[in-house]
Amino acid sequence: MSFTLTTPSGFWNPLLWLIFLVLFGIIAYLIYSRGNPSYKKNTEQIKPYLSGNPEPTKEKVQVKAGDIYWGFIEALKEYYKVLQAIHTGDMRDYILWYLGIGAIITFILIGGV
Amino acid sequence: MMEHLPALMIAVPLFGAFTAPLFKKHYREVSIWTIIITGITVVLSLLLAKEVVTGGIMVYVFGADKPTLVLPSGYSVPIRIMFEVDAMSVFMAISATLMSFIGALYSYSHVERETGLEKYYALLMLLEVGILGMVLTGDLFNLFVFLEIAGIAGSALVGFRNYRGEASEAGIKYLMVSSVASLMVLFAVGILYGQYGNLNLAYIAKNVSFNMVDMIALGLLFTSFAMKCGAVPMHYWVPDAYTEVPAGINPPLLVATYASLYALFRVSFTLFANVVIDLARVGWIMSILGVLTMFIGVTMALVQKDVKRLMSYHAISQTGYMLLGVGVGLTVLHDPSKLAEFGRDAMAGGVFHIINHIIYKSLLLMTAGALFYVTGTRNLNEMGGLARKMPITAISFMVGAAAISGLPPFNGFASKLLIYETSYRLNPLLTVFAMVTSVLTLASFVKVFASAFLGPPLEKFENTREVPKPMIIAMVILAALCILFGLFPNLVLDKLVYPAVDALINFAQYHSWGGLA
Repeated sequence: MSFTLTTPSGFWNPLLWLIFLVLFGIIAYLIYSRGNPSYKKNTEQIKPYLSGNPEPTKEKVQVKAGDIYWGFIEALKEYYKVLQAIHTGDMRDYILWYLGIGAIITFILIGGV
Repeated sequence: MMEHLPALMIAVPLFGAFTAPLFKKHYREVSIWTIIITGITVVLSLLLAKEVVTGGIMVYVFGADKPTLVLPSGYSVPIRIMFEVDAMSVFMAISATLMSFIGALYSYSHVERETGLEKYYALLMLLEVGILGMVLTGDLFNLFVFLEIAGIAGSALVGFRNYRGEASEAGIKYLMVSSVASLMVLFAVGILYGQYGNLNLAYIAKNVSFNMVDMIALGLLFTSFAMKCGAVPMHYWVPDAYTEVPAGINPPLLVATYASLYALFRVSFTLFANVVIDLARVGWIMSILGVLTMFIGVTMALVQKDVKRLMSYHAISQTGYMLLGVGVGLTVLHDPSKLAEFGRDAMAGGVFHIINHIIYKSLLLMTAGALFYVTGTRNLNEMGGLARKMPITAISFMVGAAAISGLPPFNGFASKLLIYETSYRLNPLLTVFAMVTSVLTLASFVKVFASAFLGPPLEKFENTREVPKPMIIAMVILAALCILFGLFPNLVLDKLVYPAVDALINFAQYHSWGGLA
């Protein structure tokens, strides 16, 4: 059984990829093992330093899904305004889109374009 | 026995569906009954695949002296309902039976707290009947009937949790969309029947004259199936339905969606394959719809906070890849050199992506169902730190997320690679959109993983445990398939995908009922 998938412009071999993954994994482990030897688990070292303020609860420090990619969404605000405007959730709009697209496709197919 | 396989594929789940209500209030028994019935259909579909791969197209004529008697003596046209099973049909049938089995297995624990489960399982098997009928039939009216069966069973399942207002609303929306699409399919079938006096797919395909009325029928069929498979901008029903349906039904419902995609391919390649000029136009429409679908789907997914709604938008986005791959192939179908150069591989990428997507999206929706099962919420803002409590679900999610993002060596990578390379040959801009969509897909799943599974353990989930074993087994089977299909893409391509693609390309075989007439 061959592992190599031949594509129109090249090939893909998952076995080779796995070999490289293991190789890079070993290199990463070697770098990791040369880390700071004075680090100790379950001591003061693992607590964040917040200028002497008490550590907030875990619920408060967790990054919520709504905050992730805030910048990306803000940058594309106008694009999302359009997208949200067309996603009305109204059944009548669903059917209108269907009829509109159907009319355009049929028009193209009967030679209108 | 083997010659009756196509009929058995429908008869067995139909029998299972009609007997399921007898298990009223015996919920464990009806679950096991469904697992057995759907398991039998998996075996039947594999046997059918073996028959078709070794013997070519299989025809089953209902009510004839012999199942292969296409034209009774004295007749020059087929008069009976028939199933015509080629490699593409078998490819879809395997997907349908496997996902129905996985769905039944997952449902064993996932819906155990619900009532009315005999109806739930009866509808699950009816949904399977509808899908199998759609992909096996060689008759246009029959296609409409099975489309209706799948649509009605699917909408009842979407609204199954009718104590939730959103579920009822989603169920009604799905029913309305399915009804309108089915009505237009029926209208198109009526147009073709009026012109050619027959409903047999192969017969009409051989005689179709491509006048304006035929093109209107093509337009109606194309648009209706495009809406049913969730192509943008007719995709609005998908997030509603996929979010509200119980997670165990997500896999067969996904296959039901792709049965409509199959019907779209069948119409474009088999029914109207001889339209030389307009077929390139149809291919371009399909490719552009594909690009729009993938990009709008993924950008909408990125802003969702409901985990199942987010994944539903990804289902839309991934449909775009299939439309793009097969659309590229359709554009060059009548250009032999381009077809050999990249068209066949483009179609292989699109068709391969169907089964890949069915596997990893079912897995991801099941992990979302597992999160809902243990936390009681689908809101990502309210989750966090669950990887420690649900390690197998977390690992399964990681596998599914890597696969959908096209990361090697998972299954999504191989099909996407074929689509990138081949769409580039038609127009590089198509590839740019496809690759950007993949990057955004990865970004979106990083968000889900970070907010649901990572972060500090939350107090409210202190007593949370991993989901029950049947749900774990269902997820692990799909995660294993993601890895296996990724490690051995050649095996799947050679045994299942390329025969399916060749069946679409060599439409003359289908038109002659596999050489029987």
